[in-house]
Amino acid sequence: MSGPAGLVIDRLLAGDVALDEVVPARAAWSSVVPAGSILTVVDLEGNQAVDFLAYNAHDTSERYSAPDTMVRQGNIFLSTGSVLCTNESRPLLTVVADEVGRHDTIGGACSKESNSLRYGHHTVHQHACVDNFLAEGAQWGLGKRDLVSNVNWYMNVPVEADGTLGIVDGLSAPGRRLSLRAEMDTLVLVSNCPQVNNPCNGFDPTPVRLVVTRP
Amino acid sequence: MSTHSSTTASTYGARDHARSQAGQVVTVMPVLPASSWPTPPEGVDARDLLWAETVAGGSYTHLRVGRGTTVRLRDLDGAACAHLVLLQAGSPWERLNVADTTKVAWQAYLGTGSLLLSDQGRVLASVVEDSSGAHDAFCGTSTLAGNVAKYGDGSPQGASPAGRELLLLAAAKQGLSARDLPPSLSFFQGVRVDGDGALVFTGSAGVDGCVTLRAELPLVLLVANVPHPLDPSPSYRTAPLEVLAWRGEPTGPDDALWSATPEGERAFLNTAAQAALLGLEARTSERTR
Repeated sequence: MSGPAGLVIDRLLAGDVALDEVVPARAAWSSVVPAGSILTVVDLEGNQAVDFLAYNAHDTSERYSAPDTMVRQGNIFLSTGSVLCTNESRPLLTVVADEVGRHDTIGGACSKESNSLRYGHHTVHQHACVDNFLAEGAQWGLGKRDLVSNVNWYMNVPVEADGTLGIVDGLSAPGRRLSLRAEMDTLVLVSNCPQVNNPCNGFDPTPVRLVVTRP
Repeated sequence: MSTHSSTTASTYGARDHARSQAGQVVTVMPVLPASSWPTPPEGVDARDLLWAETVAGGSYTHLRVGRGTTVRLRDLDGAACAHLVLLQAGSPWERLNVADTTKVAWQAYLGTGSLLLSDQGRVLASVVEDSSGAHDAFCGTSTLAGNVAKYGDGSPQGASPAGRELLLLAAAKQGLSARDLPPSLSFFQGVRVDGDGALVFTGSAGVDGCVTLRAELPLVLLVANVPHPLDPSPSYRTAPLEVLAWRGEPTGPDDALWSATPEGERAFLNTAAQAALLGLEARTSERTR
C-alpha cells in the first residue's frame, strides 16, 4: 500500500518484531503491548471488523472508554491522530497511521443476546464477539463486568442527520493497515468478528494479521 | 435529667441541638413520605408516589426500584444534566449498554419510545415521555482529570464534582465499584453528530424538561447531576434535578410501545421471559395498595 500512511507503517514495521501472528476468522486474541511499542493491524482480505478492547495492564479497572475518546477528539470516528483514552481520561493508545480513514467506536460488539433483537432468535447460537471477549478476557482475570463499549477497526457506522445509524458496507480493502502506539503498558483483547448477518465483515469473516514492533 | 441545654458540651445538649435542626426546608432535599410531595405529576395519585427528591447540581442520587416503577427526571432551571447508569438489581453484571441501545434501535438520539437496553438483549427501562429531546448517548460523563483541566477541580466534595466520581460513590452505596460502571447516558443537554462525525453540543431544550422512565426489570439507578462533558461554559454551570418515582406497571403486549419496532418487540419478549422466570409477573398482578 502506498501513500503517506503506508510509508509510515512500512517504517514502523521495520522495527524489532516482538510478535507477528495471524488471527483466524472468528477467533479471539490478546496480548500486552508495552508502552512505546507499536501494534499494527492488517485487514488481510478486506472489510473485516476487528473488535478491540484495551486495559491498563497494571490496573484493569482503568480501561478503554469510548465516551472519553469521543469527547477528547470531538468526533465519533477514529483515524490517524485519535487518542484512545481510558475511563480516567488518560491516553492508552494513539492511532499513528491509518490506511482506511474511518473506524467505529459507537457500534459496540455483537452478542448472541443482541443478535436476538437485531436479526431474530434463530441467530442466538451463532458465534459472537462478546463470547470471544469473555473467553479471551478470562485468561487475564477479566469477566463480564470488564466489558465496555469497544473499538471496531475497519467497521463503518455513519449517523444520518435524523439520527439513523447503522453498520454499512466497509471502506477497507485487502491489505489495509493501521498502527497504534501504546501510551502505557496495555492489555489488548481482540475479537476477529464472526458476525454474518450484517456487512461489517462483508458477510464473510476472514483472518487478520497483528504485528507488535519496537521502533 | 435536663431536657434542654444551651450548650453542645454535653450529650444531652448535643442531642437537643441536633434535634432542633429538623423540619427545615431547602430547595435540594428528599421529601418523605413521598406522598406529601405537593405537586404530583398530572394523572398520578399522590398516594402512589414512592420517592420525591430534588438533587443539587454537582450531586447525585441512587434508587433501587421494582419492575413497573415509573421514574420522572425534571430539569427545573434548564441547566441540569442527568447522567444515568442502569443495572439490574440483584444481578448488576447485567447493565445499560449504550452501544446496543442505539445500534439495535438504528437511532443515535434518545427520546419518547427509546428502549434503554442491557447487554443481555432486554429492556431495562423505556422512555415513556420526553418533553426535552436534548439528550446524549455518546459522550458519557465528566471525569476527575477532565474537570481538573476545565474547572480546576473534579473531586466529589469540591466545587465542581466530576460525574464519574459521583457515580462511583452512588455505585459504592449499592455494593458496586469501578468495574461496574459502563458508559453512561445523559438527559437534558443535547449532542448531535454532523455529517463528518463531529459531535456538536446543542445544550438545553429549556426550563422544565421532563423525561419519564418505566423500569421494565428490577433496577438500580445511579444518577449524577453535573455539567455535560462537552458543555463549553468555562464555569461549572448546573441546576437542581427533580426525581419523582411512583407505582406503575411494566410495558405489556397491549401497549403500543411493545410492538412499535420488530427489534423492540423481541426485546420486550426477552424482558417478559426474564421477569416470568424470576416470578415477577405474579407479584405485579397481585399487588395491592
